[in-house]
Amino acid sequence: MNMIEQPRNFTTELAVIGSGIAGFAASVFAVNRKIATALAGNSGAVAYTTGYLDLLGRLDGIATAVTDPWEGLLHLRQTQPKHPLGRIAVADLRAGFDEFTSFLGSGGIAYSRAGDRNVTALTPAGTLKQTLCVPATMAAGPRAFAARAACVIVDFEGLKGFSSREVVANLGGRWPGLAAQRIGFPDMARGEVYPEVMARALEVPATRERLATALQGVAGPARVIGLPAILGVHRPDRVHADLERLTGLEIFEIPTMPPSVPGVRLRELLEQALPKRGVTLIPQQKVTGLGFDGDGATLDLRDSYGPIRIRARAVILATGRFLSGGLEAHPDRIAEPLLDLPVTQPAGRADWYRERYTDVRGHPLHRAGIEVDAESRPLGRDGRPCSERLFAAGVIVAHQDWIRSRSGAGIAIATAYQAVGAAERYLRGSSGGLAATPSLNRQVVVPGE
Amino acid sequence: MSTISPEQPAPAAATTLETEVLIIGGGVTGTGIMRDLALRGIHSILIDKIDLCAGASGGNHGLLHSGARYVSTDLEAAIECRQENELLKRLAPHCIEATGGLFVAVEGDDPAFADEFPELCRRAGIRCDELTVAEARKLEPHLSDRLVRACRVPDATVDPFHLALANVDHARLTNGSLYRSHTELLRFEIVDGEIRSAVCRDHRTLAPLTIRARQVVNAGGAWAMNIARLAGCADVDLLYAKGTLLVNHDRMTRHVVNRLRPPGDGDILVPGGTVSILGTTSTRIQDLDHVAPTVDEIDRNIREGAAMIPALAGARYTRAFSRVRPLLQGTGNASDRAASRGFALLDHRSQGLANFCTITGGKLTTFRLMAEKAADLVAGRLGNRQAGTTATVPLPGDDAGRWTEPGAAPKHWYKLNDPGDMILCECEMVPQSAIDEIVATPPGAEREVMSIEAISLRSRVGKGPCQGSFCGIRVASYLYDSGYYRDAAGLVHMRDFFDERFKGQRPVIWGRQAAQMELAEALHCGLLGLDALDAD
Repeated sequence: MNMIEQPRNFTTELAVIGSGIAGFAASVFAVNRKIATALAGNSGAVAYTTGYLDLLGRLDGIATAVTDPWEGLLHLRQTQPKHPLGRIAVADLRAGFDEFTSFLGSGGIAYSRAGDRNVTALTPAGTLKQTLCVPATMAAGPRAFAARAACVIVDFEGLKGFSSREVVANLGGRWPGLAAQRIGFPDMARGEVYPEVMARALEVPATRERLATALQGVAGPARVIGLPAILGVHRPDRVHADLERLTGLEIFEIPTMPPSVPGVRLRELLEQALPKRGVTLIPQQKVTGLGFDGDGATLDLRDSYGPIRIRARAVILATGRFLSGGLEAHPDRIAEPLLDLPVTQPAGRADWYRERYTDVRGHPLHRAGIEVDAESRPLGRDGRPCSERLFAAGVIVAHQDWIRSRSGAGIAIATAYQAVGAAERYLRGSSGGLAATPSLNRQVVVPGE
Repeated sequence: MSTISPEQPAPAAATTLETEVLIIGGGVTGTGIMRDLALRGIHSILIDKIDLCAGASGGNHGLLHSGARYVSTDLEAAIECRQENELLKRLAPHCIEATGGLFVAVEGDDPAFADEFPELCRRAGIRCDELTVAEARKLEPHLSDRLVRACRVPDATVDPFHLALANVDHARLTNGSLYRSHTELLRFEIVDGEIRSAVCRDHRTLAPLTIRARQVVNAGGAWAMNIARLAGCADVDLLYAKGTLLVNHDRMTRHVVNRLRPPGDGDILVPGGTVSILGTTSTRIQDLDHVAPTVDEIDRNIREGAAMIPALAGARYTRAFSRVRPLLQGTGNASDRAASRGFALLDHRSQGLANFCTITGGKLTTFRLMAEKAADLVAGRLGNRQAGTTATVPLPGDDAGRWTEPGAAPKHWYKLNDPGDMILCECEMVPQSAIDEIVATPPGAEREVMSIEAISLRSRVGKGPCQGSFCGIRVASYLYDSGYYRDAAGLVHMRDFFDERFKGQRPVIWGRQAAQMELAEALHCGLLGLDALDAD
């Protein structure tokens, strides 16, 4: 049978490509500004996030941790003027973090507010990490560490990659009141257990009760318990609060190896909350074509029901780096595959990586990326904006190393905030202006449409 | 779980060890000499600056030559290869996969070479079946459609790590001979034309160690010239040829595939377990200790390999590595590829030493023969008249190499059928019980402080597509869990393991490997902070 596939068409004001933290944050900022928005693109690396939202934890090339990220930003502005975090006003950055974390909080994942200093947070290896905002389910960990409170880290039979003895072995020297315990997860008797399965099980009250009993049994004199991040996928705040109520103990989560529960939480929350706020969401599909004409932009993609075409007046490119496909490393060059935008990059492949993997200075490849102007518009080969309708956000932007500077969420939120601001100025300024209310009634692409 | 632990050093080690023979260099030849001597009742100590197969022994294709590669350049070497190939297939079948090999020519290759080839093989006694192009492509569907000639020869593949581990274990069990890794030779004490002792140190802790021996064997491979000079011998004359190889993520062929033309870049693809190895470039170098693949070498291998197997052009590569091949100084006018692949045994009598010898050159396929010749000389000097038996005694090795063999760990795990025995390395299916066993009784190591790197050498940990980035974390966690690590040593070992794996990944990070690396780095550095261990 030979079927002619008719693309399903959507029209919107702003199309966001990429559903990592940057794409999600851009969509949040856009709906809060009453811009009709469609979000499409690969799921990105959001499932690999820890749940911590970093702003700036290290300055590239310097081994010591950054405890005051705002002071760190001043330093960055002076020493790396092209760094995306050096190009945003501090007030905007704070506003962006607050707006994004408020949205997450309203969906059931409350976050600490961005403070004046970094939070010293825990990792599954028992090392420490500087971050700006931590979810409520993890907040008691940094507090207990700061107070050196008596605390028991609990792990589970059959859960590999998370060892409470490892945390204690590496942190105990600085935290004498820290102890390790192991328990069995309720109703998962023998064999391997998986964080996501445990998390979903804990959404059931009876499982929480049995876990609470087990936790009380190993707490000893400690009033604080640390667990791997397994406290529910949806509304973890409720699971967490209920477990604290049942045990009478303070409880916190430590991120686990990816793909981890906190990443799944963020993705599922945003995929549910954004359509409710009017965003047209086409999840988990790669945009294969993007073109501009006098009236707007056209995005082509497809899902299992056939081709989809989105018409938009403005586009935010938030496709990420290699992991999410926003950049591609070919043997002879780094390329941006969707529009073939010029990519600032090291001279040749021999220069991509330093000799030593864990070299504290980081690798030149990670500073590769696209160039943007002050209005967040990607630049073409002639050094001019590639289109007045195109804006960029996230770690696809050059002159940063989000891994080594522990600034992934910071760059995503900052650049999304700026890109949406610029897109809004463009949409309101261009002929026709912004529609008074979102014109879309379709919110999620459903089968068969 | 064993009682050894990295922060509980064993009772102060004696600073002087005694043996009949000191062997320097833990490649296949050195381990082969150790076993050969043990079978003659002679005790030895084998030392290596790093660990088993750290040089050319571990940095090659794992090809067990039929000899066909050498028929046009070195008939004698070809015959030696043919004989050793047949012998090892019989005596060490657990280390060998009898894949068979093809020699293929494509459009544009010199037809004269292909015309001569079967006759040259016959002269060396090597079986060579001429195939039609259709037959060859039926055997190996990935072969180019521009194929013009094909021959089949008895090439095979061999696991040098398994060989070395089995040699060491057999020697240890036979007469208590010792192997010490990370033991670096500093100098010799020479009195009256005899080496009395070797002054060494632990390469990591710098703890000194003296080894007294009646005979000393230099099996240092590419480093043999440097070692000989420490003994004041100027008669070891080597050329250094750097070879670069790539590890392809997939096994693309069942046979070894060679280019039917004079030896050159990218002329061989060797299947091994679930992967394939593509090589080899050859470049003359002077500096032994700083060799790394270059972009140009990698691109040349892929370009030439793709002429035989077009899919190699777009394939996923997980590693590349370079090792130095020691070549005997030839007549001076031949190219490195034509230089003798034969070996040399020097007794150093002309240098005024009566108890020192050097064995070098040669190739993986002929390691047993080289070891036998060296052991003949040493045994004779010790007055031991027993003949060598490695040509007839099978190589045991059920245990020593059981974890290095692809597919062995999952079989073991499946047989145990213990749901509590979790898989730590998911790419290669290495379970907790395998790690327990390796740590408790490290194969090929007498008293070894194990690290994640040392475990990886003795198993498939880190050899799959993720190159250890996930299982390194899981193995470390497990070793903390079982009480083996009790402080930051586990983090340092984890970092060192990732740093070491990266050396091989670095030259081939493009395509999907770039995504894999980004994820690994986000995890190792962004989350765990392994790039800042020294600082915090």
